[in-house]
Parts: sequence; structure tokens; C-alpha cells
Amino acid sequence: MKFDAVTVNMLKTGIWESFYMTALSSLFAYLIGLPLGIILVVTDEGGIRPIPWLQKILGVAINLLRSVPFLILLFIALPLSKIVIGTRIGSPAIIIPLTIAAAPYVARVVESSFRELDAGVIEAAQSMGASTWQIIWKVLLPESRPSLLLGAALAVTTILSYSAMAGFTGGGGLGAIAINYGYYRYEPFLMWVSVVLLVVMVQIIQEAGNRLSRKSDKRIR
Amino acid sequence: METPIIRIQNLGKEFKTANGPVRALQNINLEVSAGEIFGIIGLSGAGKSTLVRCINYLEVPTEGDVLFEGKSMAAMSDHERRRTRQSMGMIFQQFNLLAQRNVIRNVCFPLELAGVPKKEARERAMELLKTVGLEDRAQAYPAQLSGGQKQRVAIARALATRPKVILCDEATSALDPNTTKQILELLKDINRKLGVTIIVITHEMAVIEAICDRVAIIDQSRIAEVGAVSEIFLNPRSAIGRKLIMGEAAAQAAGTAVSGESGRSIRIIFDGRESAEPVISNMVLACRAPVNIMYAATRDIQGKAMGQMVVQLPPDREGARRVIEYLESIRVPYEEVNGDEV
Repeated sequence: MKFDAVTVNMLKTGIWESFYMTALSSLFAYLIGLPLGIILVVTDEGGIRPIPWLQKILGVAINLLRSVPFLILLFIALPLSKIVIGTRIGSPAIIIPLTIAAAPYVARVVESSFRELDAGVIEAAQSMGASTWQIIWKVLLPESRPSLLLGAALAVTTILSYSAMAGFTGGGGLGAIAINYGYYRYEPFLMWVSVVLLVVMVQIIQEAGNRLSRKSDKRIR
Repeated sequence: METPIIRIQNLGKEFKTANGPVRALQNINLEVSAGEIFGIIGLSGAGKSTLVRCINYLEVPTEGDVLFEGKSMAAMSDHERRRTRQSMGMIFQQFNLLAQRNVIRNVCFPLELAGVPKKEARERAMELLKTVGLEDRAQAYPAQLSGGQKQRVAIARALATRPKVILCDEATSALDPNTTKQILELLKDINRKLGVTIIVITHEMAVIEAICDRVAIIDQSRIAEVGAVSEIFLNPRSAIGRKLIMGEAAAQAAGTAVSGESGRSIRIIFDGRESAEPVISNMVLACRAPVNIMYAATRDIQGKAMGQMVVQLPPDREGARRVIEYLESIRVPYEEVNGDEV
């Protein structure tokens, strides 16, 4: 096996497909997961707007979704991709199951970021007459920013590794190349190249997250 | 008398815990007049932090009511309560500044919540930073400030919405003695210049003595006594009042004296006038009876030097009677102390 133009092009396409599957799924997962995480914290018993029954139901639903192995969730959710995107095969189709799997994960990650926040700061905002919305927008989110960015690096790398399973349903990306060549065709060289590329992508995402978090954190002198 | 700015009526607070309900506050009745510095003192766990949070309804009382300028907080809607809180600034032991905002944006924060235009808010914030002496640190972040500076920012922030009342929850407990003094001076200054009513929660009698006009002593969820600080210093009526005013050292001294074989001891209080005269040596000469000084210290109460001394009376009845009579004759306030009480 050599790096001919065809192979290089295939790998380039793989990188691009992995990238956009991860990017779009992460975006949608945050659009759903971030508000869910906020609700989990705000409606908690000691939260700023306690609604214990809602908090419990949401918690159980998130745990349920999180306990389904991704490979199984992938097959269960594909009919939904057919309805939403119009196809159940290929890279775009996997964005739906990826989002469904990642959103509850994101909800838990952002929830733990919010819980790190000192309760005294929220109390101070309340003492100034802040409303629930003002506390969410002006305290909870900006004060948790460094931790949210670290959490995002964690979530996005996890979504990237989930996206590698797209190969099983006719999707693309580096994971599909690794599975198709390494597993189905016994060509370990290309499998290893794809794995190394995935490792590099994870490193880049993680490092970017760390740096952004550190740079944005004003608690460091 | 005009209506008090804050009136606490039959207030009670019960917390539900896993081990059943806990009564944090019972039957609290207090009136705070506009413009005064009012202290609330108690040992930890006495309920004072809960009480201050009931005043601005951060904690909703389970009984009773708080009237702010005659208006019932209990009867207010959420929205009205939030509006009212803008008239009550609050500062905390741990400062509770927003760590991701710089100093000026921290001071602007309550104005932002109240919908004040940005430019106006920044001008007001700069003015307040001048008041607290931190205008040169406007762009710094809280992590770059010392504890005392953080509390100054917190005070500027609490003043931003031009409140009528400032609630201080153990505001100096995390600061060293020197910084504590400066912060207390600043609070007193603000009270004098702006006429803001200040309510101080603390476990340290020194804080009360330094700035408060009146004090309420809270013990085991109830108010033990209320009165002018100098009055309570001269004549504490409750056991907890005595303990807090005499301080641990004096209380221990009195305790040792009583547990010793020789019985009675008394606490003598001096104000600035008497401390110039050698009261004790005159007393010993006049009574021809030895007394044992168990404890002596001076306190600075509202700028006035006040001294207190715990002395053991002579063991014989006659000597003790002579000493008491002598104190009566020269009109030095005294009271008998009992080790069981303190």
C-alpha cells in the first residue's frame, strides 16, 4: 500500500467528512444539551427556580438515553434520519443519531460546569434583584465560561470518536476508512493511518479547548 | 417617632431537613430606624445569617413578615421583591464578586440588572470607585485584588443602585484586623455621608463596638436583648450578652474566680472619665481589703475608651461589703458575675 493520489484524496475526504459530521453534530448537540443542562441546574431543589418534578423527569430521561450503547442507538435512530434528511445511509444521515446520543451527554457536561460555580455569586446577584433569566445570562453562563470550554473539548472529542462508527451504516469519515480497510479488507496500514489522523484531530481539539479556556479565565492572575 | 425603615414582625423560619424540621429563627421582632447602624450579633449557628437573608427575602420566612418602609415583603409579588432588593444592597464575607468581570463591570452589574444605560452606569461606577478609593483598579480582575480591595469593590457594587439599606453579612470576618478596621471606617463614612442605613451581622463584639449605634443579640434562634451599644456594654441583661461583651478571656477569668474557693467576683466598667483616676488603688486603700484582678482590658466603643475589669472580692463578707459600698459611693458601674452564666 502506497500513498498514491487516490489514497491521499480518500484520506482528505475522510478528514473533511469526520470534521463536518463532528462539527454539525456538536452544534446541534449543544443547541439541545446546553438548555437542558441549564434546566437541570436551575430547577434543582437548591436551584434558583426549583421545579423538582421536572428536574427528576429530565434527569431520568437523560440517563436513559445515555445508557443506550451508541451502536444500537445508531440503528434505532436511522429511520428518523430518513424522515429528517431523506436518507439513512452516508455521512449526513449519521448526524441525527450522533446528535441524539451527544445531547444528553452535553447536558451532563454543562451541568457539572454550572455546579462548580460558587453559590455565593448567584446569591449576590439575587440580592441585587436579578431575575432568573438575568442570572442565567449574566452570571451562570459567563462565569462558567472557562469550565464550559473545557467541557466542550471533552464533548467534541467524544462526538468525533462516536462519528467513527458511521462506517457501519455506510457513512464516511476516517472511522469508516479504518473499518473498511482494516476490518473488512485486512489492510492494516490504511487503518493505522486513519487512526493516527483521528488521534491528531483529538489532540488539536483538546489543545484548542485547553488554550481557549485558560485564555478566557480571569481568575488566573 | 417616624416609621422604621425596616420592621421585622414575629418572624420565624423553619428548615426541613432529613432529621426533621429545624427552627432557625423564632419570634423575631426588630425595628431599624433610617440612618442608623444596627448590629446583629450571635455565636455561629445562632441564626443571624438566616435572619439577614430574611430581611431581603433571599430566604422566605415561614412565619411573620418584614416591612420595608412600611410595605409588607410577604405581600409583594416576585417582581416587586426584586425591585425592593435594589433598595437594599448586600455585602458578604466571601465578597462574591463576579470573577470573570473586571472591577468596573462588577460595579456596573447591579445597574445593568436595573436597566440603566451603559454610559450612565460607567460614570456612576467610576464615581463609586472613587468613594471606596479604588479608581485606579477599575480594569483589574478580582483575582488581582487583596481581600480588603475586593470588599471595597463589593461595597461600591452594593451602593450602585443608591440603596437605602446595606446588609453586611460577616463582611469583615475574612479580613485581617487592620483591613477590618479600614472597611469598618469606610462603612461608617458611607453611613454618615450618604445617610444609608447599615445592618451589620457579625460574631465579633469588636465590630459592633466600632460602628454600631444599636445592637440585637441573637441566641438560639431568638433575640436575647436589644439596645444601644453603650447601654448593653454597661449593663448586659442576658447571659449571652455578658459572654459576648466580656469576651472569652474575661468570662474564663470570672469562671475561674467562682470555681475557686473564695466565691464572688464583680465586673467593673469604666468610661473615659474614670479611667483617668486610679479607681482600684483608691478602693484598696479606702476599704483596706485586697482584691484580686482576674482580667482587665479597654475597649473602643464608638470612639470612646471603655474599660472593664473582673475582680475577685475579698473572701470575707465584711471586706466584700466594703468594696461594694465604695463602688456605689464613687458611682462606678459594676455588676456581679456568675461563672455559671458565662
